[in-house]
Amino acid sequence: MDALFSQLFAGLSLGSVLLLAALGLALTFGQMGVINMAHGEFMMAGAYTAFVLQALIGDAGVSLLVALPLGFLVGGLLGLLLEVTLISRMYRRPLDTLLVTFGVALVLQQLARDVFGAPNVDVRAPAWLQGAVPVLGMNLPRTRLFILALAVTCVVVLALVLKLTPLGRRIRATVQNRDLAEASGVSTRATDRLTFFVGSGVAGVAGVALTLLGSIGPTLGTSYVVDAFLVVVVGGIGQLKGAVVAAFSLGLLQATFEYSTTASLAKVLLFVVIVAFLQVRPQGLVSVRTRSLA
Amino acid sequence: MSAPATTAPAPNAAARPWWRHPRVRVWGGFALAAAVLLGVAPVVLSDFRLNLLAKFLCLAMVAVGIGLAWGRGGMLVLGQGVFFGLGGYLMAMHMKLADAGPGGVPDFMLLYGDGVVPAWWEPLRDPVVTVLAILLVPAGVATLLGLAVFRRRVRGAYFAILSQALAAAFAILLVGQQKVTGGTNGLNGFRSFFGYDLADPVNKRMLYYVAAGVLLVMVAVVRLLMVSRFGELLVAVRDQENRVRFLGYDPANVKVVAYAVAACFAGVGGALFAPVVGIVSPADVGVIPSIGFLVGVAIGGRATLLGPVLGAIAVSWAQTGLSEQFPSFWTYFQGALFILVVAFLPNGFATLGGLWRRRRGAAVPGPGDAPADPPAGTSAHADDPGPDPAQDAATAARTAGRHA
Repeated sequence: MDALFSQLFAGLSLGSVLLLAALGLALTFGQMGVINMAHGEFMMAGAYTAFVLQALIGDAGVSLLVALPLGFLVGGLLGLLLEVTLISRMYRRPLDTLLVTFGVALVLQQLARDVFGAPNVDVRAPAWLQGAVPVLGMNLPRTRLFILALAVTCVVVLALVLKLTPLGRRIRATVQNRDLAEASGVSTRATDRLTFFVGSGVAGVAGVALTLLGSIGPTLGTSYVVDAFLVVVVGGIGQLKGAVVAAFSLGLLQATFEYSTTASLAKVLLFVVIVAFLQVRPQGLVSVRTRSLA
Repeated sequence: MSAPATTAPAPNAAARPWWRHPRVRVWGGFALAAAVLLGVAPVVLSDFRLNLLAKFLCLAMVAVGIGLAWGRGGMLVLGQGVFFGLGGYLMAMHMKLADAGPGGVPDFMLLYGDGVVPAWWEPLRDPVVTVLAILLVPAGVATLLGLAVFRRRVRGAYFAILSQALAAAFAILLVGQQKVTGGTNGLNGFRSFFGYDLADPVNKRMLYYVAAGVLLVMVAVVRLLMVSRFGELLVAVRDQENRVRFLGYDPANVKVVAYAVAACFAGVGGALFAPVVGIVSPADVGVIPSIGFLVGVAIGGRATLLGPVLGAIAVSWAQTGLSEQFPSFWTYFQGALFILVVAFLPNGFATLGGLWRRRRGAAVPGPGDAPADPPAGTSAHADDPGPDPAQDAATAARTAGRHA
């Protein structure tokens, strides 16, 4: 029973990290069909924001709380820059954006290596996140719980923004039918830009969260971006709930596989399961229904 | 330089002199490449440089396959490192077993493992089985994945992500199973290649000839595929998959064949890479090297015949030269190459000549004379009308990404 619960928690924790990494991707990929390989590097930028802030402020608790909004801003501005300079020119060639943004990712990684050095750096967790909370006879690390809460908060805030605000309405309209949205007076260009800002900002927040889990380095993003894309593929595009369900399912599955086999075999098994799943639902868990040919 | 691999006859086909004829130009270019690779290069280059060139040729084999699958077929294959690695590891396993002698155990297994050769290694003691495995295993894996994915009409970005995830999973698997794969170090320290001593410079030169010959055969195969009915279908699937389906063909089969051929080429490239370079490791198969294969193809011109080969060789050559002296600069350079070439020169350098010729002869504008870059600021329409079927390859390649 204990083993089961600890597996469950490990899966949920992994899922929350995946969710944070994938939320922004689900937004941008869902709306624009653009695959942003630099998404992981925006996470890395967020993580280094937390690192720099801690060096400046000193107090771990304050710097973490400041880093969350600032990480959002840093990631978002990087995304905005990328959108305006490169991606906006390439909406007609979505697959090519993958390669272009991979180039951007390479440059950003090397930039981080030159500025902060190649070795990994550590960010101290604040005192109120150290240690563990005993639940049902298990010790759940506070950092993991914090990330879980953060992921849930991000989803709720994003869902509310999409549901209630004018920006959210424009985003949903653009996702569902770009031409019709444009014809109804929605500036899809401005919407794209804002979506990219928000999506990349969430990546920055995810990066700040990752500093709590271990040391960070220039290649932090690459290790997460592939898994994050898988979450988007499994979840389907256009709606957040797909990404949420997919992230936690993949997290739980991977934790289970890792428990019953080895970590390296778990990745392969997970891949096989995903391909098998796509046999049943090629469009992912949730997809916006359109009348286009499948 | 090869002719732009055009399939539609040019309007002035009758008027042009025989040496401008596409077939003459393609096979002339092929003969020239063969002469340079087999005749000139071994004479002018030192043993060290020749071995380096052999390595580049192995990487170019992967590029030829990517040119077929991505350039002609529109499938963004981000996981070719898997097939490259499969071929490389199969060959490396055979060489390790051969070095260990009959019934022997490869050295690294004694080091990390329990000194027992796993049963699935055993068949690779046989050279014939090894060659067959190198030819069939990567193609088989690609066929399985391709059937699973393309039959369910999973395509475009989804396929790209899946192929990339496969590369990530494969690299992690190789690192994790250190007892049977050598882990992060990979397999290295080969002494012989099918009985030929690898320390002997003569045999190293022989390896170069093998690599050059195999690459030329691959280019010829791709050329024949391109002008065949299959090649026409492949381009049609890339540009208008649904129209092809309405015509009664199954696009999935067409794609699977191209993907399997590309995988087979990558596997052979990897299999030759292992003896040429002397090591194959997870660093050659992961996500980053897999995408790295694409930059040469993009630069050379993804939809052309020789563009991928020349691009891959040029990029590997530049990497060897630059990364040794300025490792940091090389990464910036590679990133900038991806950004500039894909964003602003989507057809690569191989098509610059064609563009220039058409600009010069602008008196007879064809349908393919649209500017190479879509005008900035146009809004996104993934479903805009497809290109005129009569467009030439250069223009058709521009649309490759859209309908993939």
